Amino acid sequence: MNNLAPLGAEMPVWAKEDEGFHVPYWVFQREDVLEMENERLFQGETWNYMCLEAELQSPGDFVAVHVGETPVIVTRDHDGEIYAFENRCSHRGSLLALEDRGNVKDFTCVYHAWTHSLQGDLVGIAFKDGIGGKGGMEKDFCMNSVGPRKLRVANVDGLIFGSFDEDVDDIEDYLGEEVLDRIHRVLEGRKMVVLGRFTQVLPNNWKLYVENTKDSYHASILHTFFTTFELNRLSQKGGIIVSPNGGCHVSYSEIDQIAEAEKAKNTIYSDQNIRSQSDLQLADKSLLASFKEFDDDITLQILTVFPGFVLQQIQNSIAVRQVLPKGTDEMHLKWTYIGFEDDTTEQRRARLKLSNLIGPGGYVSMEDGCIGGFVRRGTKGASDNNAVLEMGGRSIEGGDDRITEASIRGFWAEYRMRMGL
Amino acid sequence: MNIHVRQAEVSALISAAQARYVREIDDGDCTAWPNFFVDDCFYTITSADNYAQNLEAGLVWLDSKDMLRDRILSLLEANVYERHSYRHMIGQPFVGELEGDEVDSETSFMVARITREGPTDLFATGRYIDRYRIVGDEAKIVSRTVVLDSNQIDTLLGFPL
Ligand code: FES
Ligand SMILES: [Fe+2]
Repeated sequence: MNNLAPLGAEMPVWAKEDEGFHVPYWVFQREDVLEMENERLFQGETWNYMCLEAELQSPGDFVAVHVGETPVIVTRDHDGEIYAFENRCSHRGSLLALEDRGNVKDFTCVYHAWTHSLQGDLVGIAFKDGIGGKGGMEKDFCMNSVGPRKLRVANVDGLIFGSFDEDVDDIEDYLGEEVLDRIHRVLEGRKMVVLGRFTQVLPNNWKLYVENTKDSYHASILHTFFTTFELNRLSQKGGIIVSPNGGCHVSYSEIDQIAEAEKAKNTIYSDQNIRSQSDLQLADKSLLASFKEFDDDITLQILTVFPGFVLQQIQNSIAVRQVLPKGTDEMHLKWTYIGFEDDTTEQRRARLKLSNLIGPGGYVSMEDGCIGGFVRRGTKGASDNNAVLEMGGRSIEGGDDRITEASIRGFWAEYRMRMGL
Repeated sequence: MNIHVRQAEVSALISAAQARYVREIDDGDCTAWPNFFVDDCFYTITSADNYAQNLEAGLVWLDSKDMLRDRILSLLEANVYERHSYRHMIGQPFVGELEGDEVDSETSFMVARITREGPTDLFATGRYIDRYRIVGDEAKIVSRTVVLDSNQIDTLLGFPL
Protein backbone atom coordinates (compact mmCIF):
# COMPACT_ATOMS: atom_id res chain seq x y z
CA MET A 1 0.00 0.00 0.00
CA ASN A 2 2.85 2.44 0.59
CA ASN A 3 5.89 3.74 -1.21
CA LEU A 4 8.34 2.01 1.04
CA ALA A 5 11.90 2.11 -0.02
CA PRO A 6 13.35 -1.40 -0.25
CA LEU A 7 13.62 -3.01 3.15
CA GLY A 8 16.70 -1.95 5.06
CA ALA A 9 17.19 1.16 2.94
CA GLU A 10 18.18 4.04 5.13
CA MET A 11 15.97 6.99 5.78
CA PRO A 12 16.87 9.79 3.38
CA VAL A 13 18.27 13.04 4.69
CA TRP A 14 16.02 16.06 5.08
CA ALA A 15 18.34 19.04 4.71
CA LYS A 16 18.51 21.14 7.86
CA GLU A 17 18.30 24.35 5.86
CA ASP A 18 14.89 23.32 4.51
CA GLU A 19 13.50 23.99 8.00
CA GLY A 20 9.74 23.72 7.65
CA PHE A 21 9.33 25.36 4.26
CA HIS A 22 10.43 22.40 2.15
CA VAL A 23 8.89 19.11 3.19
CA PRO A 24 9.95 15.93 1.36
CA TYR A 25 7.10 13.58 0.46
CA TRP A 26 8.82 10.51 1.88
CA VAL A 27 7.96 11.90 5.32
CA PHE A 28 4.34 10.96 4.56
CA GLN A 29 5.14 7.61 2.99
CA ARG A 30 7.73 5.69 4.95
CA GLU A 31 6.94 3.01 7.49
CA ASP A 32 10.09 3.79 9.48
CA VAL A 33 8.99 7.40 9.86
CA LEU A 34 5.69 6.25 11.31
CA GLU A 35 7.52 3.99 13.75
CA MET A 36 9.64 6.90 14.83
CA GLU A 37 6.53 9.05 15.24
CA ASN A 38 4.89 6.51 17.51
CA GLU A 39 8.00 6.44 19.65
CA ARG A 40 9.20 10.04 19.63
CA LEU A 41 6.00 12.01 19.15
CA PHE A 42 3.04 10.08 20.46
CA GLN A 43 4.98 8.34 23.23
CA GLY A 44 7.48 11.16 23.63
CA GLU A 45 7.35 14.53 25.33
CA THR A 46 4.05 15.62 23.84
CA TRP A 47 0.51 16.10 25.09
CA ASN A 48 -2.15 14.07 23.32
CA TYR A 49 -5.85 14.76 23.58
CA MET A 50 -7.71 11.70 24.87
CA CYS A 51 -11.28 12.60 25.80
CA LEU A 52 -13.55 15.11 27.52
CA GLU A 53 -13.91 15.28 31.27
CA ALA A 54 -17.66 15.25 30.57
CA GLU A 55 -17.30 11.65 29.36
CA LEU A 56 -16.05 10.58 32.79
CA GLN A 57 -18.75 11.76 35.16
CA SER A 58 -18.76 9.11 37.90
CA PRO A 59 -16.17 6.90 39.60
CA GLY A 60 -15.68 3.78 37.48
CA ASP A 61 -16.45 5.55 34.21
CA PHE A 62 -13.93 4.82 31.47
CA VAL A 63 -13.30 5.47 27.80
CA ALA A 64 -11.05 3.44 25.51
CA VAL A 65 -9.10 5.68 23.14
CA HIS A 66 -5.80 5.84 21.28
CA VAL A 67 -2.66 7.89 21.69
CA GLY A 68 -1.01 7.63 18.31
CA GLU A 69 -1.54 3.97 17.48
CA THR A 70 -1.37 2.86 21.12
CA PRO A 71 -4.63 1.82 22.80
CA VAL A 72 -5.23 3.65 26.06
CA ILE A 73 -7.88 3.57 28.81
CA VAL A 74 -8.89 6.76 30.62
CA THR A 75 -10.81 6.36 33.89
CA ARG A 76 -12.21 8.25 36.82
CA ASP A 77 -11.37 6.52 40.09
CA HIS A 78 -13.16 6.77 43.44
CA ASP A 79 -10.80 9.51 44.59
CA GLY A 80 -12.36 11.67 41.87
CA GLU A 81 -9.12 11.85 39.87
CA ILE A 82 -8.65 10.94 36.22
CA TYR A 83 -6.11 8.26 35.28
CA ALA A 84 -4.81 6.91 32.00
CA PHE A 85 -2.88 3.76 31.14
CA GLU A 86 -2.29 1.47 28.21
CA ASN A 87 -5.17 -0.77 27.25
CA ARG A 88 -2.88 -3.79 27.57
CA CYS A 89 -2.97 -6.62 30.06
CA SER A 90 0.05 -7.12 32.33
CA HIS A 91 0.07 -10.82 31.59
CA ARG A 92 0.32 -11.43 27.86
CA GLY A 93 -0.93 -8.24 26.35
CA SER A 94 -4.61 -8.69 25.54
CA LEU A 95 -6.80 -5.61 25.40
CA LEU A 96 -8.29 -4.95 28.82
CA ALA A 97 -11.29 -2.89 27.70
CA LEU A 98 -13.38 -4.32 24.88
CA GLU A 99 -15.96 -1.53 24.88
CA ASP A 100 -15.50 2.11 23.90
CA ARG A 101 -16.93 3.36 27.16
CA GLY A 102 -18.74 2.21 30.25
CA ASN A 103 -18.63 1.95 34.03
CA VAL A 104 -16.65 -0.81 35.73
CA LYS A 105 -15.23 -1.64 39.15
CA ASP A 106 -11.96 -2.89 37.70
CA PHE A 107 -10.48 -4.24 34.47
CA THR A 108 -10.38 -8.01 34.50
CA CYS A 109 -8.76 -9.43 31.41
CA VAL A 110 -10.92 -11.92 29.50
CA TYR A 111 -7.96 -14.19 28.68
CA HIS A 112 -6.80 -15.40 32.13
CA ALA A 113 -8.63 -12.97 34.42
CA TRP A 114 -5.73 -10.89 35.67
CA THR A 115 -7.34 -7.93 37.42
CA HIS A 116 -6.29 -4.29 37.13
CA SER A 117 -7.50 -1.38 39.22
CA LEU A 118 -9.06 1.80 37.83
CA GLN A 119 -5.58 3.31 38.02
CA GLY A 120 -4.05 0.56 35.90
CA ASP A 121 -2.31 -1.38 38.68
CA LEU A 122 -2.25 -5.15 38.60
CA VAL A 123 -4.18 -6.20 41.71
CA GLY A 124 -5.20 -9.80 41.16
CA ILE A 125 -4.04 -12.98 39.39
CA ALA A 126 -6.37 -15.93 38.88
CA PHE A 127 -4.99 -19.10 40.52
CA LYS A 128 -2.01 -17.10 41.77
CA ASP A 129 -1.21 -19.75 44.39
CA GLY A 130 -2.21 -22.62 42.16
CA ILE A 131 -4.75 -25.31 43.05
CA GLY A 132 -4.15 -27.77 45.87
CA GLY A 133 -0.53 -26.71 46.18
CA LYS A 134 0.14 -27.27 42.48
CA GLY A 135 0.84 -24.63 39.86
CA GLY A 136 0.60 -20.95 40.57
CA MET A 137 3.07 -18.14 40.18
CA GLU A 138 6.60 -18.20 41.54
CA LYS A 139 6.63 -17.06 45.17
CA ASP A 140 8.92 -14.12 44.41
CA PHE A 141 6.68 -12.74 41.66
CA CYS A 142 5.89 -9.12 42.43
CA MET A 143 2.65 -7.71 41.05
CA ASN A 144 4.07 -4.17 41.08
CA SER A 145 6.81 -5.17 38.68
CA VAL A 146 4.49 -5.51 35.71
CA GLY A 147 1.56 -3.54 34.35
CA PRO A 148 0.42 -1.29 31.55
CA ARG A 149 2.37 1.93 31.23
CA LYS A 150 0.69 4.93 32.80
CA LEU A 151 0.27 8.33 31.29
CA ARG A 152 0.59 11.70 32.94
CA VAL A 153 -2.80 13.42 32.74
CA ALA A 154 -3.66 17.11 32.34
CA ASN A 155 -7.07 18.73 32.31
CA VAL A 156 -7.48 21.99 30.40
CA ASP A 157 -11.00 23.38 30.76
CA GLY A 158 -12.46 19.86 30.54
CA LEU A 159 -10.18 18.62 27.73
CA ILE A 160 -8.19 15.63 28.98
CA PHE A 161 -4.67 15.28 27.61
CA GLY A 162 -2.18 12.52 28.34
CA SER A 163 1.54 12.05 27.98
CA PHE A 164 3.62 8.89 28.08
CA ASP A 165 6.60 10.97 29.19
CA GLU A 166 6.72 12.11 32.81
CA ASP A 167 9.22 14.80 31.84
CA VAL A 168 6.95 16.53 29.36
CA ASP A 169 6.61 20.30 29.89
CA ASP A 170 3.61 21.39 31.94
CA ILE A 171 0.75 21.76 29.54
CA GLU A 172 0.52 25.51 30.11
CA ASP A 173 4.10 25.94 28.87
CA TYR A 174 3.60 23.44 26.09
CA LEU A 175 0.65 25.41 24.71
CA GLY A 176 1.98 28.87 25.43
CA GLU A 177 -0.09 31.60 27.02
CA GLU A 178 -1.77 32.83 23.86
CA VAL A 179 -3.03 29.44 22.72
CA LEU A 180 -4.14 28.61 26.26
CA ASP A 181 -6.13 31.86 26.41
CA ARG A 182 -7.92 30.86 23.22
CA ILE A 183 -8.94 27.53 24.76
CA HIS A 184 -10.22 29.40 27.82
CA ARG A 185 -12.11 31.71 25.49
CA VAL A 186 -14.26 28.83 24.23
CA LEU A 187 -14.44 26.44 27.18
CA GLU A 188 -13.48 28.01 30.50
CA GLY A 189 -15.98 27.48 33.31
CA ARG A 190 -18.53 25.76 31.07
CA LYS A 191 -20.11 22.32 31.43
CA MET A 192 -19.81 20.47 28.14
CA VAL A 193 -22.22 17.89 26.82
CA VAL A 194 -21.52 15.52 23.95
CA LEU A 195 -23.96 15.97 21.05
CA GLY A 196 -22.52 13.23 18.86
CA ARG A 197 -19.38 11.33 17.89
CA PHE A 198 -18.22 10.33 14.43
CA THR A 199 -15.07 8.68 13.15
CA GLN A 200 -14.08 9.80 9.69
CA VAL A 201 -11.70 7.49 7.83
CA LEU A 202 -9.30 9.47 5.65
CA PRO A 203 -7.20 7.80 2.93
CA ASN A 204 -3.98 9.63 3.73
CA ASN A 205 -1.13 10.09 6.16
CA TRP A 206 -2.20 11.87 9.37
CA LYS A 207 0.17 14.79 8.83
CA LEU A 208 -1.58 15.80 5.62
CA TYR A 209 -4.74 16.43 7.61
CA VAL A 210 -2.83 18.31 10.29
CA GLU A 211 -1.33 20.53 7.58
CA ASN A 212 -4.82 21.18 6.25
CA THR A 213 -6.20 22.31 9.61
CA LYS A 214 -3.30 24.73 9.98
CA ASP A 215 -3.62 26.02 6.45
CA SER A 216 -5.39 29.38 6.57
CA TYR A 217 -4.36 30.01 2.96
CA HIS A 218 -6.68 27.47 1.31
CA ALA A 219 -9.93 28.32 3.07
CA SER A 220 -11.38 30.86 0.66
CA ILE A 221 -10.05 28.99 -2.38
CA LEU A 222 -10.94 25.33 -1.82
CA HIS A 223 -14.19 25.90 0.03
CA THR A 224 -16.69 27.66 -2.18
CA PHE A 225 -19.85 27.16 -0.14
CA PHE A 226 -19.80 30.62 1.46
CA THR A 227 -18.77 32.47 -1.67
CA THR A 228 -21.18 30.64 -3.99
CA PHE A 229 -24.13 31.57 -1.85
CA GLU A 230 -22.64 34.95 -0.88
CA LEU A 231 -22.99 34.24 2.79
CA ASN A 232 -19.99 36.20 4.05
CA ARG A 233 -21.72 39.57 4.14
CA LEU A 234 -19.84 41.16 7.01
CA SER A 235 -16.32 42.49 6.64
CA GLN A 236 -13.91 40.17 8.38
CA LYS A 237 -10.43 40.53 9.74
CA GLY A 238 -8.33 37.98 11.51
CA GLY A 239 -4.97 36.42 11.98
CA ILE A 240 -2.98 33.53 13.30
CA ILE A 241 -1.12 32.75 16.50
CA VAL A 242 1.74 30.24 16.59
CA SER A 243 3.00 28.72 19.86
CA PRO A 244 6.65 29.23 20.87
CA ASN A 245 7.75 25.79 19.59
CA GLY A 246 5.67 26.15 16.45
CA GLY A 247 3.43 23.11 16.80
CA CYS A 248 0.27 24.64 18.26
CA HIS A 249 -1.67 27.35 16.52
CA VAL A 250 -4.83 29.42 16.40
CA SER A 251 -6.35 30.83 13.26
CA TYR A 252 -9.32 33.14 13.66
CA SER A 253 -11.49 35.63 11.93
CA GLU A 254 -13.72 38.27 13.44
CA ILE A 255 -16.19 40.86 12.29
CA ASP A 256 -14.41 44.08 11.44
CA GLN A 257 -16.62 46.60 13.22
CA ILE A 258 -14.75 49.63 11.89
CA ALA A 259 -15.12 48.51 8.28
CA GLU A 260 -18.77 47.70 8.97
CA ALA A 261 -19.38 51.21 10.36
CA GLU A 262 -17.75 52.67 7.25
CA LYS A 263 -19.95 50.55 5.04
CA ALA A 264 -23.06 51.63 6.94
CA LYS A 265 -22.18 55.28 6.37
CA ASN A 266 -21.91 54.72 2.64
CA THR A 267 -24.91 52.47 2.23
CA ILE A 268 -27.31 55.27 1.36
CA TYR A 269 -25.30 55.99 -1.77
CA SER A 270 -24.33 52.55 -2.84
CA ASP A 271 -27.44 50.59 -2.03
CA GLN A 272 -28.07 49.67 -5.66
CA ASN A 273 -24.56 48.38 -6.07
CA ILE A 274 -24.46 45.82 -3.30
CA ARG A 275 -27.10 43.59 -4.85
CA SER A 276 -26.14 40.02 -5.10
CA GLN A 277 -23.95 39.18 -8.09
CA SER A 278 -24.98 35.58 -8.17
CA ASP A 279 -28.48 34.24 -8.49
CA LEU A 280 -27.71 31.27 -6.29
CA GLN A 281 -29.36 31.59 -2.91
CA LEU A 282 -29.98 29.22 -0.06
CA ALA A 283 -33.72 28.71 0.33
CA ASP A 284 -33.47 28.12 4.08
CA LYS A 285 -30.93 30.40 5.69
CA SER A 286 -31.79 29.16 9.17
CA LEU A 287 -28.86 26.81 8.52
CA LEU A 288 -26.56 29.63 9.59
CA ALA A 289 -28.69 31.23 12.28
CA SER A 290 -26.30 31.83 15.13
CA PHE A 291 -26.55 33.36 18.58
CA LYS A 292 -24.28 35.53 20.66
CA GLU A 293 -22.11 33.14 22.64
CA PHE A 294 -18.84 34.98 23.24
CA ASP A 295 -18.13 38.53 24.31
CA ASP A 296 -16.03 39.27 21.25
CA ASP A 297 -16.67 39.33 17.49
CA ILE A 298 -14.78 36.17 16.60
CA THR A 299 -16.91 34.02 14.33
CA LEU A 300 -14.34 31.36 13.54
CA GLN A 301 -11.48 29.96 15.56
CA ILE A 302 -9.51 26.86 14.67
CA LEU A 303 -7.01 25.84 17.31
CA THR A 304 -4.53 22.97 17.13
CA VAL A 305 -2.36 21.33 19.76
CA PHE A 306 0.72 19.44 18.63
CA PRO A 307 0.69 16.74 17.41
CA GLY A 308 -2.93 15.92 16.55
CA PHE A 309 -5.68 17.86 18.29
CA VAL A 310 -8.15 20.43 16.95
CA LEU A 311 -10.64 22.59 18.83
CA GLN A 312 -13.07 24.23 16.49
CA GLN A 313 -15.48 27.13 16.87
CA ILE A 314 -17.35 27.91 13.68
CA GLN A 315 -19.96 30.39 14.84
CA ASN A 316 -21.79 28.25 17.44
CA SER A 317 -20.59 24.93 16.12
CA ILE A 318 -18.09 23.68 18.70
CA ALA A 319 -16.25 20.42 18.17
CA VAL A 320 -13.02 18.67 18.97
CA ARG A 321 -11.19 16.49 16.50
CA GLN A 322 -8.54 13.92 17.26
CA VAL A 323 -6.11 12.93 14.52
CA LEU A 324 -4.98 9.30 14.74
CA PRO A 325 -2.53 7.57 12.40
CA LYS A 326 -3.58 4.17 11.05
CA GLY A 327 -0.53 3.09 9.10
CA THR A 328 1.19 5.47 6.71
CA ASP A 329 -1.68 5.80 4.25
CA GLU A 330 -4.75 6.02 6.45
CA MET A 331 -5.93 7.93 9.48
CA HIS A 332 -8.95 8.29 11.68
CA LEU A 333 -10.40 11.67 12.48
CA LYS A 334 -12.54 11.40 15.59
CA TRP A 335 -15.07 14.17 15.87
CA THR A 336 -16.90 15.01 19.07
CA TYR A 337 -19.66 17.58 18.60
CA ILE A 338 -20.12 19.67 21.71
CA GLY A 339 -22.91 21.64 23.38
CA PHE A 340 -23.19 23.03 26.88
CA GLU A 341 -25.42 22.12 29.78
CA ASP A 342 -27.11 25.52 29.89
CA ASP A 343 -27.99 25.62 26.17
CA THR A 344 -31.60 26.62 25.51
CA THR A 345 -33.62 24.54 23.04
CA GLU A 346 -33.11 27.18 20.36
CA GLN A 347 -29.38 27.35 20.99
CA ARG A 348 -29.08 23.59 20.79
CA ARG A 349 -31.00 23.59 17.52
CA ALA A 350 -28.68 26.27 16.13
CA ARG A 351 -25.64 24.12 16.97
CA LEU A 352 -27.18 21.06 15.31
CA LYS A 353 -27.97 23.02 12.15
CA LEU A 354 -24.55 24.63 12.01
CA SER A 355 -22.97 21.21 12.28
CA ASN A 356 -24.06 20.70 8.66
CA LEU A 357 -20.91 22.69 7.90
CA ILE A 358 -18.56 20.12 9.45
CA GLY A 359 -17.73 16.41 9.35
CA PRO A 360 -17.39 14.10 6.33
CA GLY A 361 -20.46 15.58 4.67
CA GLY A 362 -20.04 19.15 5.89
CA TYR A 363 -20.65 22.01 3.46
CA VAL A 364 -17.27 23.46 4.39
CA SER A 365 -15.22 20.48 5.54
CA MET A 366 -16.12 17.84 2.96
CA GLU A 367 -13.30 19.07 0.76
CA ASP A 368 -10.79 18.87 3.62
CA GLY A 369 -11.50 15.16 4.03
CA CYS A 370 -10.55 14.47 0.42
CA ILE A 371 -7.61 16.75 -0.19
CA GLY A 372 -5.14 14.56 1.73
CA GLY A 373 -6.04 11.63 -0.53
CA PHE A 374 -5.41 13.79 -3.58
CA VAL A 375 -1.95 14.64 -2.23
CA ARG A 376 -1.21 10.99 -1.42
CA ARG A 377 -2.13 9.97 -4.95
CA GLY A 378 -0.41 12.94 -6.50
CA THR A 379 2.89 12.30 -4.75
CA LYS A 380 3.15 8.56 -5.51
CA GLY A 381 6.49 8.09 -7.15
CA ALA A 382 7.75 11.49 -6.02
CA SER A 383 9.17 10.55 -2.62
CA ASP A 384 12.26 12.68 -3.03
CA ASN A 385 10.44 15.75 -4.22
CA ASN A 386 9.16 18.21 -1.72
CA ALA A 387 6.21 20.42 -0.92
CA VAL A 388 6.75 24.16 -1.06
CA LEU A 389 5.54 26.07 1.98
CA GLU A 390 6.73 29.61 1.39
CA MET A 391 3.48 31.56 1.35
CA GLY A 392 3.95 34.49 3.68
CA GLY A 393 7.71 33.98 3.90
CA ARG A 394 9.72 31.34 5.67
CA SER A 395 9.24 32.23 9.31
CA ILE A 396 6.89 30.61 11.77
CA GLU A 397 5.60 33.84 13.22
CA GLY A 398 1.92 34.60 13.50
CA GLY A 399 0.33 37.88 12.52
CA ASP A 400 -2.84 39.50 11.27
CA ASP A 401 -2.60 38.00 7.81
CA ARG A 402 -4.17 34.64 6.98
CA ILE A 403 -2.69 34.27 3.50
CA THR A 404 0.27 32.50 5.00
CA GLU A 405 1.63 29.03 5.66
CA ALA A 406 3.41 30.12 8.85
CA SER A 407 1.53 27.78 11.16
CA ILE A 408 2.24 24.77 8.91
CA ARG A 409 5.94 25.69 8.92
CA GLY A 410 5.58 25.92 12.71
CA PHE A 411 4.25 22.37 12.81
CA TRP A 412 7.21 21.10 10.83
CA ALA A 413 9.66 23.04 13.00
CA GLU A 414 8.36 21.33 16.14
CA TYR A 415 8.03 18.01 14.32
CA ARG A 416 11.67 18.09 13.25
CA MET A 417 12.83 19.13 16.68
CA ARG A 418 10.98 16.30 18.44
CA MET A 419 11.73 13.66 15.80
CA GLY A 420 15.39 14.62 15.50
CA LEU A 421 14.83 14.58 11.74
CA MET B 1 -62.17 -0.71 3.75
CA ASN B 2 -60.83 -3.81 5.41
CA ILE B 3 -57.98 -2.76 7.71
CA HIS B 4 -55.68 -5.52 6.39
CA VAL B 5 -56.22 -4.49 2.84
CA ARG B 6 -55.50 -0.87 3.76
CA GLN B 7 -52.34 -1.92 5.64
CA ALA B 8 -51.11 -3.91 2.62
CA GLU B 9 -51.82 -0.95 0.39
CA VAL B 10 -49.79 1.36 2.61
CA SER B 11 -46.85 -1.06 2.57
CA ALA B 12 -47.00 -1.18 -1.20
CA LEU B 13 -47.06 2.64 -1.38
CA ILE B 14 -43.97 2.86 0.83
CA SER B 15 -42.12 0.23 -1.18
CA ALA B 16 -42.93 2.04 -4.40
CA ALA B 17 -41.82 5.39 -2.96
CA GLN B 18 -38.54 3.88 -1.77
CA ALA B 19 -37.86 2.28 -5.12
CA ARG B 20 -38.30 5.66 -6.80
CA TYR B 21 -36.23 7.33 -4.07
CA VAL B 22 -33.13 5.20 -4.61
CA ARG B 23 -33.51 5.45 -8.38
CA GLU B 24 -33.44 9.24 -8.12
CA ILE B 25 -30.21 9.13 -6.09
CA ASP B 26 -28.44 6.33 -7.96
CA ASP B 27 -29.51 7.02 -11.51
CA GLY B 28 -30.86 10.55 -11.42
CA ASP B 29 -29.19 13.77 -10.31
CA CYS B 30 -30.85 14.02 -6.89
CA THR B 31 -32.70 17.22 -7.77
CA ALA B 32 -36.04 15.45 -7.27
CA TRP B 33 -34.88 13.97 -3.95
CA PRO B 34 -36.63 16.62 -1.78
CA ASN B 35 -39.96 15.79 -3.46
CA PHE B 36 -40.12 12.53 -1.56
CA PHE B 37 -40.60 14.54 1.63
CA VAL B 38 -43.39 16.68 3.08
CA ASP B 39 -42.62 20.42 3.50
CA ASP B 40 -41.82 20.42 7.22
CA CYS B 41 -39.79 17.24 7.05
CA PHE B 42 -36.76 16.10 9.00
CA TYR B 43 -33.75 14.24 7.60
CA THR B 44 -30.62 13.24 9.42
CA ILE B 45 -27.73 10.79 9.07
CA THR B 46 -26.24 9.37 12.24
CA SER B 47 -24.58 6.21 13.53
CA ALA B 48 -26.06 3.31 15.47
CA ASP B 49 -23.97 4.28 18.53
CA ASN B 50 -25.21 7.85 18.56
CA TYR B 51 -28.75 6.71 17.95
CA ALA B 52 -28.63 4.18 20.79
CA GLN B 53 -27.26 6.82 23.16
CA ASN B 54 -29.82 9.41 22.11
CA LEU B 55 -27.13 11.79 20.89
CA GLU B 56 -28.86 14.27 18.65
CA ALA B 57 -26.13 15.49 16.31
CA GLY B 58 -26.02 14.21 12.76
CA LEU B 59 -23.55 14.11 9.90
CA VAL B 60 -26.36 15.81 8.03
CA TRP B 61 -29.17 17.48 9.97
CA LEU B 62 -31.94 19.12 7.96
CA ASP B 63 -35.34 20.18 9.22
CA SER B 64 -37.16 21.57 6.21
CA LYS B 65 -37.71 20.62 2.59
CA ASP B 66 -35.88 23.82 1.63
CA MET B 67 -32.81 22.62 3.52
CA LEU B 68 -32.95 19.41 1.50
CA ARG B 69 -33.09 21.45 -1.71
CA ASP B 70 -30.15 23.55 -0.51
CA ARG B 71 -28.15 20.42 0.17
CA ILE B 72 -28.49 19.27 -3.44
CA LEU B 73 -27.94 22.76 -4.81
CA SER B 74 -24.72 23.03 -2.85
CA LEU B 75 -23.51 19.62 -4.01
CA LEU B 76 -24.23 20.48 -7.62
CA GLU B 77 -23.04 24.11 -7.61
CA ALA B 78 -20.66 24.78 -4.76
CA ASN B 79 -18.85 21.79 -3.27
CA VAL B 80 -15.74 20.27 -4.75
CA TYR B 81 -15.29 16.49 -4.80
CA GLU B 82 -14.29 13.69 -7.08
CA ARG B 83 -16.97 12.26 -9.35
CA HIS B 84 -18.79 9.35 -7.76
CA SER B 85 -22.12 7.56 -7.67
CA TYR B 86 -24.04 5.22 -5.38
CA ARG B 87 -25.91 1.97 -5.80
CA HIS B 88 -28.52 1.31 -3.10
CA MET B 89 -29.89 -2.13 -2.26
CA ILE B 90 -32.88 -1.81 0.01
CA GLY B 91 -34.73 -4.46 1.98
CA GLN B 92 -38.45 -4.86 2.47
CA PRO B 93 -39.87 -2.09 4.63
CA PHE B 94 -41.05 -3.15 8.06
CA VAL B 95 -44.24 -1.11 8.29
CA GLY B 96 -46.01 -0.39 11.58
CA GLU B 97 -49.67 0.23 12.15
CA LEU B 98 -51.35 3.15 10.48
CA GLU B 99 -52.10 6.01 12.93
CA GLY B 100 -54.49 8.35 11.14
CA ASP B 101 -52.67 9.10 7.90
CA GLU B 102 -49.17 8.46 9.32
CA VAL B 103 -47.15 5.32 9.83
CA ASP B 104 -43.69 4.28 11.06
CA SER B 105 -41.47 2.21 8.85
CA GLU B 106 -37.99 0.72 8.95
CA THR B 107 -35.90 -0.45 6.01
CA SER B 108 -32.39 -1.92 5.81
CA PHE B 109 -30.02 -0.74 3.12
CA MET B 110 -26.58 -1.33 1.68
CA VAL B 111 -24.91 1.28 -0.47
CA ALA B 112 -21.98 0.71 -2.78
CA ARG B 113 -19.99 3.65 -4.04
CA ILE B 114 -18.26 3.94 -7.37
CA THR B 115 -15.58 6.63 -7.50
CA ARG B 116 -13.61 7.79 -10.53
CA GLU B 117 -10.37 5.75 -10.64
CA GLY B 118 -11.71 3.52 -7.89
CA PRO B 119 -13.36 0.11 -7.65
CA THR B 120 -16.91 -0.48 -6.44
CA ASP B 121 -16.69 -0.23 -2.66
CA LEU B 122 -19.14 -1.12 0.05
CA PHE B 123 -19.77 2.38 1.34
CA ALA B 124 -22.39 2.05 4.06
CA THR B 125 -24.94 -0.26 5.58
CA GLY B 126 -27.72 0.69 7.94
CA ARG B 127 -31.42 1.29 8.24
CA TYR B 128 -33.89 4.01 7.52
CA ILE B 129 -36.08 4.82 10.50
CA ASP B 130 -38.97 6.63 8.92
CA ARG B 131 -42.29 8.28 9.52
CA TYR B 132 -44.43 8.35 6.39
CA ARG B 133 -47.61 10.31 5.68
CA ILE B 134 -50.07 8.95 3.16
CA VAL B 135 -51.13 11.84 0.93
CA GLY B 136 -53.68 10.64 -1.64
CA ASP B 137 -52.04 7.65 -3.26
CA GLU B 138 -48.52 8.65 -2.34
CA ALA B 139 -46.37 7.94 0.70
CA LYS B 140 -44.32 11.02 1.67
CA ILE B 141 -41.51 11.08 4.21
CA VAL B 142 -42.21 13.15 7.31
CA SER B 143 -39.01 12.12 9.02
CA ARG B 144 -36.09 9.96 7.94
CA THR B 145 -33.28 9.07 10.31
CA VAL B 146 -30.53 7.26 8.44
CA VAL B 147 -28.80 5.09 11.04
CA LEU B 148 -25.42 3.84 9.85
CA ASP B 149 -24.35 0.54 11.39
CA SER B 150 -20.73 1.55 11.84
CA ASN B 151 -19.40 4.63 13.56
CA GLN B 152 -16.60 4.75 10.99
CA ILE B 153 -17.57 6.78 7.98
CA ASP B 154 -15.61 7.09 4.80
CA THR B 155 -14.07 10.47 4.26
CA LEU B 156 -16.69 11.77 1.84
CA LEU B 157 -20.41 11.78 2.46
CA GLY B 158 -21.76 13.86 -0.39
CA PHE B 159 -25.00 12.68 -1.93
CA PRO B 160 -27.85 11.66 0.34
CA LEU B 161 -28.40 8.10 1.46
S1 FES C 1 -3.44 -11.94 28.75
FE1 FES C 1 -4.60 -10.96 30.24
S2 FES C 1 -4.80 -12.44 31.76
FE2 FES C 1 -3.60 -13.41 30.31
FE1 LIG D 1 -10.46 23.51 4.90
